[in-house]
Order: sequence, then structure tokens, then C-alpha cells
Amino acid sequence: MNGVGDAASGTGVAALRAGWLLMRRDLRLALRRPGEWLQPLVFFLVITTLFPLAGNAEMSRLRDIAPAALWVGALLSSLLALELLFREDGQDGTLEQLAVSGLPLAWMLLAKTCVHWLLTGVPLVLVAPLAATALGAPVAAIPGVLAVLLVGSVALSLIGAVGAGLTLGLRRGGVLLALLVLPLAVPVLIFGASATARAIALEPFTAPMYLLAAIAVLSATLAPLAVAAAVRISLE
Amino acid sequence: MLQAINLHLWRGDQPVLRGVSFQLAAGHCLQVLGINGAGKSTLLRALSGLLPVEEGSVLWRGTDTRLDRHAFHAQLAWMGHGAALKGDLTARENLRYSAGLRRALSAAAIDAALGRVGIAAPDPRLARQMSAGQQRRVALARVLLLACPVWMLDEPTANLDAAGQAFFALMLTEHLERGGVAVVATHQALGIDARNLQSLELT
Repeated sequence: MNGVGDAASGTGVAALRAGWLLMRRDLRLALRRPGEWLQPLVFFLVITTLFPLAGNAEMSRLRDIAPAALWVGALLSSLLALELLFREDGQDGTLEQLAVSGLPLAWMLLAKTCVHWLLTGVPLVLVAPLAATALGAPVAAIPGVLAVLLVGSVALSLIGAVGAGLTLGLRRGGVLLALLVLPLAVPVLIFGASATARAIALEPFTAPMYLLAAIAVLSATLAPLAVAAAVRISLE
Repeated sequence: MLQAINLHLWRGDQPVLRGVSFQLAAGHCLQVLGINGAGKSTLLRALSGLLPVEEGSVLWRGTDTRLDRHAFHAQLAWMGHGAALKGDLTARENLRYSAGLRRALSAAAIDAALGRVGIAAPDPRLARQMSAGQQRRVALARVLLLACPVWMLDEPTANLDAAGQAFFALMLTEHLERGGVAVVATHQALGIDARNLQSLELT
């Protein structure tokens, strides 16, 4: 019994180490080609600034559409970066290597998804004060808006990774990816936008925020398994 | 050590593998031959577990590989069509982040493996600046670094020059002498002792 436990903890440590190494690799790659993750960020800023231009520029009206603008922007920009999540690794054979490496594939792909979130979700949260202020959110509301986006972007990355795994084998999977991911992301959009709306109105937003956090936790538990299954199918 | 029993596999309604069987003892190499499209890559993918077979089984040391996929994969060095190298990383970084995932590797060990395949160790070039043959050599260095008893290599000598092929023959011979097994899909002569070589012609 002891031996089995030791072996299991040994592979656990090995998997932790491998996941960390894979994250470092992806971060290093991202540093060498910043365009890939800067583009979705700029896209987010452009979308959110288009809303006041296209609509009524009156402050109180802007404040009404701010949650919708922020969340549609966040959703679309996260979708933009998703296509790149597994594509290159799938084409050059890296995923194949991972799938037959004896390491838990779900864990390794979760590590990749974490990097994706660090490169798309976190920068989005960092520039969100700019977008929120432009949309007329009061300064006091900014911390709440950021907290909601931070939690919501975790869920978006995880849900998106499932779609990215499923469309991996397709040559032009972009549109299909959007069709797969957008319906799944609707709950995130609903609770995220409603929590943001309350934060901007300076009301308590804990109820929708808890639901959002529940979605994030649920996707963190289930999505890695689904991603691994999807990638294995795509590699066949 | 490695045994395949009556493997069947279809692609749609087209049979690709029809009852493939073989048995490899320690120190032996199986060369998979066949015209383009005969299913050499498919056979390798089926053996590795990337592609599920419809019928038959692959046994590793007498145990069905499907029963404990992770244990089998921990013993397997795989080399597919793609070199699995990141264009924006150097050869050394590529090996650290791929072979290094499975085994803790020192920089010296990586440099030694690169030196063996004929790539001067502190090569500052990124993988995308290397030629296809050099990328293949880096992929071979990864196989060396993994130090696994089972090798499954799909066209390992593609793009390699004469010196590269000679080196591959040497590294394969050494692997077999250590008691490893290898399944290699290639048309080129492997240049190893014929006593250790079995061949399988797919039609």
C-alpha cells in the first residue's frame, strides 16, 4: 500500500513540475511574439470605445450600456485569442508528444489554459479601468467592475478551451469555435453583466458575483477533463 | 517485449489495417514498409495509443497497453510527422521544455545530446531558422534524452543527409544493444544488423 502511495505522490510531483515547465515555455513564447496577446487587448479597447461613438454620448445613457459593452468586448476578445490556444501545438506535433508522454493530459492542458488566461484575462482586467471610465462608470465602482471581470475571465478561458480543443483538427475552425463557445458562455455573460451593472450603480453585487464564481469553479473542475477528451479526439 | 495481436482499423468504410500482428523481443527493431498511403503512420499511431484500434490489442511486457496507458507511455519515445519544435525557441530551450517535461534534465545533458546529433551546443539560432534536416536532428536528440525502452519513429530519417542517416543507424544500434525495442516506419535502409531487424510490409 505504501509503495503505491509513494508512486502516486511521485507522479503527482512530476506532473506539477511538468505543468510549471509548460507554463514557463508558453510564457517565454508569448514574450517572443507579443502581437498574439496584444491584439485581443487592443480589440477589447476598440470595441468598448466604439459603443459611446455609435450610441448616445450622454453620460447617464452610457452608464446604462457600460456593462453590456464591457462584457461583449471581453467575450469577443477572449474568443479572438482562443483560436491560438492549441492550434500551433496541434500542427507541429507538440500535443501529440504530450498525449503519449505518460503525463496527465488534462493537467498539462490546464497549465496551457492558465497561461492563456494570464495573457488575455489579466491584461483585460488591467485595461478595464480605462474602458469603464470611458463608459461613464464612477471611480468608486472600478474595483467592483475589475473583480467581476477577473472572475468572469477565468470562466471564459476555461469554457473557451473546450471549444478550442474540439475545433483543433479543423482547418478553419474560427467560426465554428464561436458557435460552440458563445452559447456556453451565455451564463457568464448574464451574471457578469448583471454584477457589473450593480457595481456601476454602486449597489451590492455579491449575488450575481457568487453565481459567477460558482461557474468559474465548476468550469475549473470539469473543463480540463473535457479539454483533454476533445484534444484526444482531435488528434485521432 | 512488444506484441501486436490482430490489429484492425478502418477509416470510414476503408480498411487501413487488416489483422496486423507481430512480436518484438528485446533488442529487436521492426521496420514498417509499404507504399505511400498503405497505413504506416496509422499503424504507428495505433501502436502508440493515439489512435484507438477497433479490434486486436497491443501488449507491452505481456500487459494490454490500454489497461495502463500512462505506464506504457512513460516508457515510450514517440516521434511523429511533425518535429514538435517551437520555432521561436532555440534547440536547447525546445528540448528543455519537451523532453524536460518528462525527466529532469541538466543543461549539460541537453548539450551533450545536441552534440551527439551534430548540433553545436550553444547554437543561438531559433528552431525556425534551422533547416528541416537540423530540426529532425533536434527531434532525434529528444528521443535520446527521453531514454525510453520503446521507440516509435515515423520517418525519422526524412530530410537527413548521409551523415545524419549514419548517425541514426548508430543510435538505433546502441538502443537495441541496451535491450530496447523500436518500431520505425521508413523506406530507407536502416543500416543495422539484419539479425535484429524484422520487417512488416503493409499492403
